This record gives sequence, structure tokens and C-alpha cells, in this order.
Amino acid sequence: MSTPHHPDWSTLREDFPILHQQVHGKPLVYFDNAATSQKPRSVIRSLVHYYEHDNSNVHRGIHELSNRATAGFEAARVRTAKFINAASADEIIFTRGTTESINLVANTWGTKHLKTGDVILLTELEHHSNLVPWQMLAKRTGARLVYVPVNGDEGLLDLSQLDALLTPQVKLFAMVHISNSMGTVNPVAEMCAQARQRGITTLVDGAQSAGHLPVDVQAIGCDFFAFSGHKICGPTGIGVLWGRTAVLEAMPPWQGGGEMILSVGYHKTEYKHAPHRFEAGTPDISGPIGLHAAMDYLDAIGRENIWRHDQDLATYAYEQLAALDGIRLFGPQTGRAGLVSFLLNDVHAHDVVTLADQAGVALRGGHHCTQPLMHKLGVESTARASFYFYNTRAEVDRLVAVVKEIQKFFRG
Amino acid sequence: MFEDLNDLYQQVILDHCKKPRNFREMTPCSCSAQGRNPLCGDQLQLFLDMDGDTVRDASFVGSGCCISKASASLLTDFAKGKTRADIETMFASVHEMIKTGKVIGDVGKLAVFAGIYKYPARVKCAILSWHALMSALKGGDQEVTTESEQN
Ligand SMILES: Cc1ncc(COP(=O)(O)O)c(C=O)c1O
Repeated sequence: MSTPHHPDWSTLREDFPILHQQVHGKPLVYFDNAATSQKPRSVIRSLVHYYEHDNSNVHRGIHELSNRATAGFEAARVRTAKFINAASADEIIFTRGTTESINLVANTWGTKHLKTGDVILLTELEHHSNLVPWQMLAKRTGARLVYVPVNGDEGLLDLSQLDALLTPQVKLFAMVHISNSMGTVNPVAEMCAQARQRGITTLVDGAQSAGHLPVDVQAIGCDFFAFSGHKICGPTGIGVLWGRTAVLEAMPPWQGGGEMILSVGYHKTEYKHAPHRFEAGTPDISGPIGLHAAMDYLDAIGRENIWRHDQDLATYAYEQLAALDGIRLFGPQTGRAGLVSFLLNDVHAHDVVTLADQAGVALRGGHHCTQPLMHKLGVESTARASFYFYNTRAEVDRLVAVVKEIQKFFRG
Repeated sequence: MFEDLNDLYQQVILDHCKKPRNFREMTPCSCSAQGRNPLCGDQLQLFLDMDGDTVRDASFVGSGCCISKASASLLTDFAKGKTRADIETMFASVHEMIKTGKVIGDVGKLAVFAGIYKYPARVKCAILSWHALMSALKGGDQEVTTESEQN
């Protein structure tokens, strides 16, 4: 058995049925974890169990199955609060994912608080999902977007400018915790502290961090934290928005419908308190139940262990790849999260990914939903290998061997 | 290691991607169009010099993967000396071939793209320059994307 202090990584790998297959006749190496993670058997079983035994609608019925479904759904909320050390389960709103969480904040908090002349401060590292909703909000309200700049291929933010950028016009500072295309780990606690001193509301995009390192939203000191279940061993279709109670209670609802009301008349409706005010209609019920199982699974391993493993693989991969000729590597040289983005001279990222796939290695090639960042770095796309705890150094060796073969293929 | 990919990366394709033909801007030109693949952010600009209904010269610039570069290179080679009607007929055949592998009539050198349909993620790469060509022929300086192509 694995303990939180000494996980047995090769045993954990056995928990993932999908990893044990051949792709194009080669053993699968799954290095697209930043896009979505694989699911352990315990998560898959929790979904099957729910549909075979407890399936019912939540918060409505009085019968036994509805009670069970409601209990499972609300237990997941409590579990999620614990997962990120929220002060209360009422601060956990279930959404479809990070993208919907951020859109919820933009449409409710944003519409209420922003006006012409206000500034939304972002960073140049942002994923489209922490950028486009703010552009849309800016267009609606007349607010402006300003960005904390990155320094170049290393993907580090120039935080020496932050003080000057946090002007009195800034109403919101939204930032990515871990960059999905560079692997940069932002010092979000310090960034939020600077904003907070000036009374600025903060949002952290935790899509790449929540399942990879211990997250404590109270220690980070943000006002909102968003993440997706599918990137942390949970099912697709479920995500989380955490918000401070005081901030949530002052927010108008977003979508209207069932579940979010106290009483409805033909002309007037009284809304529930958070989080139910923000969860209109029948929610994804199996999603939180699967997410609950995923959180239990990750915390049995220990996220501090997962983080160490991620960093070990990333450092190893970075060193091996940096030793090759004709390669351009992106992201910080030290302290990177569990991914490596790269480009080969004269070989397009899509060709790298197609060839690697033929060798059984699943990579991602493209702009990784960070197109403005790619433009700034003067590239259209990169190839990316992103790791999780079930990956091994031997798999990284296979990646490096394949990259060498790809170089040969296009040189020859 | 990559023998199975020979129907995708045929020698002709590798040759055209390493040494793309007609890879230059054309100023002045009769018409040009931008093609963009929203999936990967690749874009290319295609230029035509027309003599009435006939293409006198064709060229392109831009960035893209091996498949999209080779496709633009072979296509600009093909287009020279062809009429609008020739090109429309060929577009119909090549489009079908790229998406399904079925070759209708004589597609000449463009037959090297007959294996792409087995790689659904790469179909758009091969079709991008064709959309740009058709858009340029319509005289539109507007941008086209491969968004309408189903994977
Ligand atoms: C940093 C970051 N933010 C946001 C997202 C969006 O997550 P989702 O597509 O699950 O809403 C992703 C994942 O693609 C991401 O990597």
C-alpha cells in the first residue's frame, strides 16, 4: 500500500485501466495531462455505482433515492471545500469547469462592479478562458484590459511592474496559477496580497494547479478560485468556483431557473443564498460524486508528493531535451510545473505531434489556447508534453528518443 | 520508426515542405486571400496574377506544418496556366480525395494527398490553401478559415 509519505508510483499506475494499451502498436505514453487527466478505477466505479444505485434528482424529492443523490451531491461540496481549504462549503459553486466558473464571475460580479474607465488587470500568460470573458465584459461595460508582461521564452512575469500596474482604476486582478503552455508557477499569494492591500478583487485560475499541488485558498488570499474536475482525475463536465462568502453574497444571480429560488411569483422572485443561487436547474450530479472520489484518491497520494513527482519529471525532461541540438524550449529553467513546451527547428509542432503519436506518445501541439502569448513569443504553436503522477522517467526517455527520430526524419 | 506514416509524409510532400515552390510575396498581384486554421493558428496568404480567366502566376507566404506547406506549394504549381473552371473542377476532386481517399479523375501530382483522410486531425492542413485559392479567385480579400471543415 502507498502512504502519503512514500507513494508507490508503479502501483498507482495500475489504478488507471486506460494506460495499459497499445497505440499504433506501441505502448501508450500519455503526455497530454494538461489537456485532461486520466481517471482511476475508483472514480469510474463511483459513477457506475451512482447510476446503478442512487440516481435521482437532487434537492427536490422526498423519497429515498433523492435523499441519497442529494446527500452525495452535498457531500462532494463539503469535500471540495476541504480540498482547497475553503472556510465553508457554502463557498463552493459547482460549474461545468474553469471556463464556466470564470464566465460566472464576469457575468455577475463583473456586470455589477465594472464601469467605463475601470481596469481589469490580467497577465500575458492567460489561457483564453481567463481572457475572452474579460474582453466580453470590457466591451459591455467600457472597462479596459491591462496586462502584466512576460519576459520572453522563459514565461516569467515581470512582477517588478506590478506595483505600478495596480492603479486606482484596477477593479479586478485575474491571474493564472500555473501556465498551461509555459509551466510557469506564479507567486499568486504575493500577487493577491499586493492587490488586496489596494482593495482590488482577485481571481486565480487554478485549472493547472488544483490537482498538482496543495491549494489553500485562504493562504493564497484571493477572492475567487476556479478549477476543472477533468484535469484532476475527475469526470468532464464538472468544475468549481470558490468565492469568499462576503463577495458571493453581494453578487446577483447569473442563470435563472429551478433550484436557485426561494419563492417565485409571476413578476418577482426571491433568490436563495450562495451557492444555490448560482446553480440554476438540475445540475451535473454524477460529476460532483466522481469529483469527490478523485479528490479522495489524490489526497491519499498527497498533493505534495504529486508535486514533487511532477517537478522531477519536468526537470528531467527539460534537461534531456535541452541537450539536443535544434530545439527551442519554453518556460522557466527552474521551478517549473510538470510540463515542457518545445519547438524543433524547421519542424512544425503538428508534425512533431503526428510523428510522436505514431510512436505511441500522446503530445499536444498548437497554441494551447494562449494565442496572444504565442504571438508575443513570435511562434504559432509549440509541442507540449505534460505529466502526471502516473508518468515515469522511462516514458520521458521514450519521448526524448522519439524527438531524436523526428529530427532525423525531417533532416534525412 | 515512422514507416507507417509513409502515406502521410510521402517523399513528394517532404520535398515540397522542405523546399516550398512559389514561396514569395507577389506585388502587385491581381488578387490574394488569407487562409487561417483556427485549430493551430497557422495562416497563409495566397497571391494570384490573372490574365483574364487564366492564372498566370501563383504564390504564397505564411507559416504552417509540413502538410499545409506542401499543399500550398503543389497547389500553386498546379494553378499556373489553369482557368478558373479548371481549378473549380480540381477543387471538387481534391476536396473529396482529401476527405475520403476516393480519387475521381486525374488529379496529377496532387494524388500524394490521397492518404490524408486516414489522419482526420490533418485534413484541415491539406485543405487550407485550397480554401484560400478559391477565396482569392472570388476576388475576396477577406480571410477564410477551415472552421467549416468537419474533423
Ligand atoms: C490554465 C487554464 N485555464 C483554463 C482552462 C480551461 O479549462 P476548461 O476547459 O476545463 O474549462 C485550462 C484548460 O484547458 C487551462 O489550462
